[in-house]
Amino acid sequence: MKSFDKNELMIIAKPKKFALVGNPNCGKTTLFNNLTGSTAHTGNWPGVTVDRREGEYKKCPETVTIVDLPGIYSLSPYTPEEVVSRNFILDEKPDCIINIIDATNLERNLYLTTQIMEIDVPVIIALNMIDEVKKSGDTIDAAVLEKKIGVPVVAISALKGEGTTELMDRAYEIAGQKRDGFTVLEQSKLSHLINDVAIALKGQDIENPLFHAVKLVESDELEVAAHKPLLGMIDNFKSTFQDDIFGVDFEALIADGRYKYISKNYSTALTRNSKTDKSKLTKSDKIDRVLTHRIWGIPMFLLILFAIFHLVFSENFLFIGAALGKDWVSLPGTAFEGVFGAGGINSPGAILQGLMEVLMTWITDGVASLLVNSPAWVTGLLCDGILGGLSAVLSFIPQILLLLMLFSILEDTGYMARVAFILDRILRRFGLSGRAFMPMIMGFGCSVPAMINTRTLADENERVATVRVIPFFSCGAKLPILTAISGGIVMSFGIGNADIITYSMYVVGIVTAILAVVLMKTTTMKGDAAPFIMELPNYRLPQFKSLMLLMWDKAKHFIQKAFTIILASTIIIWFVSHFSFDWKFLEDSQMNNSILAGFGKLIQPLFTPLGFGSQLNEWGWVFIVSAITGLIAKENVVATFGTLAACIGANVVGGADGIAETALMIQASGITIPALIAFIAFNMITIPCMAAVATAKAEMPNKKKFKWTLVFWICTSYIVGTIIYLVGSWWWTIFIVLAVMALVVAGIIIYNTKAKIFKFKNKKDKK
Amino acid sequence: MQKKLSEFKIGERGTIVKVVGEGKVRRRLFDMGVTPGAEVLMRKKAPLGDPLEINIRSYELTLRKDEASCITLEVIDEKL
Repeated sequence: MKSFDKNELMIIAKPKKFALVGNPNCGKTTLFNNLTGSTAHTGNWPGVTVDRREGEYKKCPETVTIVDLPGIYSLSPYTPEEVVSRNFILDEKPDCIINIIDATNLERNLYLTTQIMEIDVPVIIALNMIDEVKKSGDTIDAAVLEKKIGVPVVAISALKGEGTTELMDRAYEIAGQKRDGFTVLEQSKLSHLINDVAIALKGQDIENPLFHAVKLVESDELEVAAHKPLLGMIDNFKSTFQDDIFGVDFEALIADGRYKYISKNYSTALTRNSKTDKSKLTKSDKIDRVLTHRIWGIPMFLLILFAIFHLVFSENFLFIGAALGKDWVSLPGTAFEGVFGAGGINSPGAILQGLMEVLMTWITDGVASLLVNSPAWVTGLLCDGILGGLSAVLSFIPQILLLLMLFSILEDTGYMARVAFILDRILRRFGLSGRAFMPMIMGFGCSVPAMINTRTLADENERVATVRVIPFFSCGAKLPILTAISGGIVMSFGIGNADIITYSMYVVGIVTAILAVVLMKTTTMKGDAAPFIMELPNYRLPQFKSLMLLMWDKAKHFIQKAFTIILASTIIIWFVSHFSFDWKFLEDSQMNNSILAGFGKLIQPLFTPLGFGSQLNEWGWVFIVSAITGLIAKENVVATFGTLAACIGANVVGGADGIAETALMIQASGITIPALIAFIAFNMITIPCMAAVATAKAEMPNKKKFKWTLVFWICTSYIVGTIIYLVGSWWWTIFIVLAVMALVVAGIIIYNTKAKIFKFKNKKDKK
Repeated sequence: MQKKLSEFKIGERGTIVKVVGEGKVRRRLFDMGVTPGAEVLMRKKAPLGDPLEINIRSYELTLRKDEASCITLEVIDEKL
């Protein structure tokens, strides 16, 4: 009795808690945003909310906490979303459950309702998207539904905010009241068994006995483990039971029982408009005929993808540059030189980035002019270190946000689900599902939004694997490394074609990503691939408000990162590159005496297998130092070449592309072509920039996975670099590499078969 | 006539008779409304022939051929 009193006290002390439960894509998050004014992100993609989120509703007599749970189809224990929701409802005992139902899809949505009803908690049903039902000419009688189900039903439109006040008022009325669970299986053949088990559970003082009883009869994994003593009872019943269709398959019998009850009792509340022809194509069907067409589906997808990248990154927008008779846009001599284009016209994304750079330069110059009388190291730290580092990162914000927004529009409209449908076949070969494609492709633009986008992946393993390989899809900021070094190779050695080198490096990245995924899927991330059974939502217009909320949320998040982790690492790297071991400030041109240079020299031997280690002469360490500065932003790799080229003392008159500086470095260090290629590959595959690292950390399910991700990046880049250098320098080493690979593959196969046999034996022994 | 969902042609209709398969997949199918008695319309196939799109309980569901081969249906003859 004592514990009961304690519980009661807690209820008085704590604000009331309402949980939003419903199918994916039924408008839960939209309602959550509407009630709380929060910035939670919604999308027209089943499964956008991965964790739960909380917000406050202030229009009831007291402030109510609203918890948005991930969308689920059932309370079975098979997906993380279902487990999160189920545990929340059972363990944290919300005062009321608001069950949201997509009125346009009544039957399947009510299936979850029949399960929630079995829990002893107050439930209210929000009949969402009622406006869409009306539009199609059908009608749903909320009053009839309320009478049949036995809990309040309120028709709402979460999008327009209609009916939400009534919903919350009625929810507040029933909150905290006692309601006994009710099951629609009462009239089924299993009702006796369910009742008996429920009584037995009640006898053991277990809360929500009816819910647990039904799940136990279904042989739900979690329940079977928790209530072993009662299994005998079920087996006894099974031995005397026989159903004509299902035999003793109770799981099927229960699922069937729920749907039968729904169509018999609840579906009567729905009156279809007799005039609407069922065989007529809906708007969604018409759009789908084009976008998921057997032949045009994939070309359409590629076209849309191209359009997005063109809009965000192109420097020759719509290819009209050549058509311009005169150069109207480059504005030479002004502060805006090149912002709107040079030769061609910049795309909106490139213009925004240019404007951001102008703004940052303006701020940096302003600060520098204020500091003319300060010591050199103060100016250096503030202008080059802090502001330089920040502007390298911040100038990408417009493009990152624009890219994220365009992909969000595709998500909100429902097209992303179709992309998964179109491409699933290709990705399944590598153990991924069709949904993983989008984040990977976004990686070619920028890893940050790409990693954020992995939230749409249902399977946790798939999500982690995708985040890990996203940096291998070489992003926009890594392109300068490719062009500068391949240009340098052509210039110094007089052989090869810079473009071919650049393209092949992209291919190296993609191949590495594929191999890495296959390797992870066969070793550390084994387990059945998540079944691809997914709802294709109707096409909808994206909501402007929800898009803006998302942009604002992400911008805030990114800026927060820029001013914390990124700023800190920028300052550290600036210090070690501008101070010598005896703590004296160094000019840019003296960087070769810095702590960082010393550190570079120290760890240089480690990179011998990659070709830029001990075998290089005096200036070999510059490659290591520039790789380290590249951790802030990948553009820094080439920028550091420029700075260090000045240290060598030669008077380089290089262009902005850094090719001349690179060529100088090549001469000074005596590095070979294979080693240079290995260096590009290393930078492409190793730990990405700080912004991407911070994002990866946020998207990983736990710290351990994040730490292993860092290890994974370092190891993969080291191995790929080594292979490239070895095979490039001595072609016959390819046989050694292939032999080692074959050994690894054989080892994995043997290990996996052994594990399988062992599992099988264990099962046999148990029996 | 009975056949598996994976053998259905585009535009064919059927009533589900039986759902087999490994626990997780079967459960997921049940939860999505793929239960005996439900009526299914084979809507389309993806450009590479797999996955499939079906209409069930008046919504669109996509699933792979592997999963579709777990589902047996009684074909509804449209001519009748």
